[in-house]
Amino acid sequence: MKHLLLLILCISFFSCKKEEKPKEIPTDSIFQLTSTWENQHNDSLQLKDLQGKTLVVVMIYTTCKFACPILVADMKKIEKQIKPSNLKDVSMVLVSIDPKTDTPERLAEFAKTSGMEADHWVFLRSNEADTQEFANVLAMKYKKISPVDFSHSNIISIFNKEGKLIMQEEGLEIDVAKVAGEVNKLAKSS
Amino acid sequence: MKVLINTIFSFILLGLASCQVEEVTTTPKAIAEGSKSITTSVKMIRLEGGKYKPFFGTDTSIVQVEPFYIDERPVTNGEFLEFVKAYPEWRRSNVKRIYADSNYLKIWESDTSLPDTISLDAPITQVSWHAAKAYASAVGKRLPLLDEWEFVAMADQNSANARDKKSYSDDIIDLYLIKNRQFNHVKQSPPNYWGIYNMFDLVWEWTDDFNSILITGDSRSGEYGDKNMFCAGGATSATDIMNYAAFMRFSMRAGLKANYTVNNLGFRCAKDYSANKN
Repeated sequence: MKHLLLLILCISFFSCKKEEKPKEIPTDSIFQLTSTWENQHNDSLQLKDLQGKTLVVVMIYTTCKFACPILVADMKKIEKQIKPSNLKDVSMVLVSIDPKTDTPERLAEFAKTSGMEADHWVFLRSNEADTQEFANVLAMKYKKISPVDFSHSNIISIFNKEGKLIMQEEGLEIDVAKVAGEVNKLAKSS
Repeated sequence: MKVLINTIFSFILLGLASCQVEEVTTTPKAIAEGSKSITTSVKMIRLEGGKYKPFFGTDTSIVQVEPFYIDERPVTNGEFLEFVKAYPEWRRSNVKRIYADSNYLKIWESDTSLPDTISLDAPITQVSWHAAKAYASAVGKRLPLLDEWEFVAMADQNSANARDKKSYSDDIIDLYLIKNRQFNHVKQSPPNYWGIYNMFDLVWEWTDDFNSILITGDSRSGEYGDKNMFCAGGATSATDIMNYAAFMRFSMRAGLKANYTVNNLGFRCAKDYSANKN
């Protein structure tokens, strides 16, 4: 009798868990964006499909000969400093700012030649308008004014599992250890 | 034993009850009502475009501005009110923070009403880039490109390009310094050479590519190989350093993020020439 009651108790708790709806996405989350993207495997997805993992995001284009290779190298350095046990909870996301050229095939080729074929590497492209929107959400500036000069901005952004911006590192000398440290912290705290 | 059973049962009931409470709170929200397309009667001015030298860029960067239409004046409070009535997701209490910060339409009395002190004929302000873009799209238009806006901004009342006139920048600066000018009605001051009103005297204005010279460069030339955008600072510089008014605008834009809402920042809409051909 006792056992039966315990069983009922357990079932009722489980059913309760099941009925719990997924947490609502915070309104300042990038998962609110409704843009549609394609990855290097030619799958169509929305940003909210990346939900549940810590995201390290950078915007690049594959034909870039200047800053982007440095950013790509930075992403790989960050990846190396993320604990292997945490990597399954992390997506390293490279978003193309050149969606016309960076077709899924090209992104796949780039992933291959750059040694970025593991599951946690995600390459994305959208259309120009949604790419622009995403760049603006990242506050990725293509120019920045000092009294007489411009410089462009290279930004690596970290988002938590709910898509909230946690940290941005800007410039071509990114503190890799700092970024990786934050990612490890976020990946662990789940 | 009976006591134990009773206790367990009450626990189960409690568990079920808490389940039910949760269910109530997670009931899906009512589907946004009222979505429809809206229209605006604002007159658009057609410009043929042409070559122009941006205030900032490399010395040789002459930009070709394609023919386009632009609203003769900024979008008004009244027009934006119609927009949020038709698009509930852009009402103050519904807007997502990723699209607009907490200052969004803050001066309004409620989601769909303005205080008596604010005129419906004054330009809309406290709107983010995302909101401006959504409005433009709702009326079948788009935001002007930075180069289009600046192309229009070269004109004074008498000439299409007044940048070499000594008074040009100074006059604009004088306007920029007037406080609370965003509460004035649109079209109360004389139009410029093109018949376009309020480029400087009421509000700052969003442009589509306020944040991304590379994207405009690319959509224009179809290539991404502008090394200057990707080498470190110093590659580009002001071509018109005496034009302090333009410098203020570029600095302003550089300080903006797409979800920012500012008390004297509004917008007007534009349209491709081809999109308006009948």
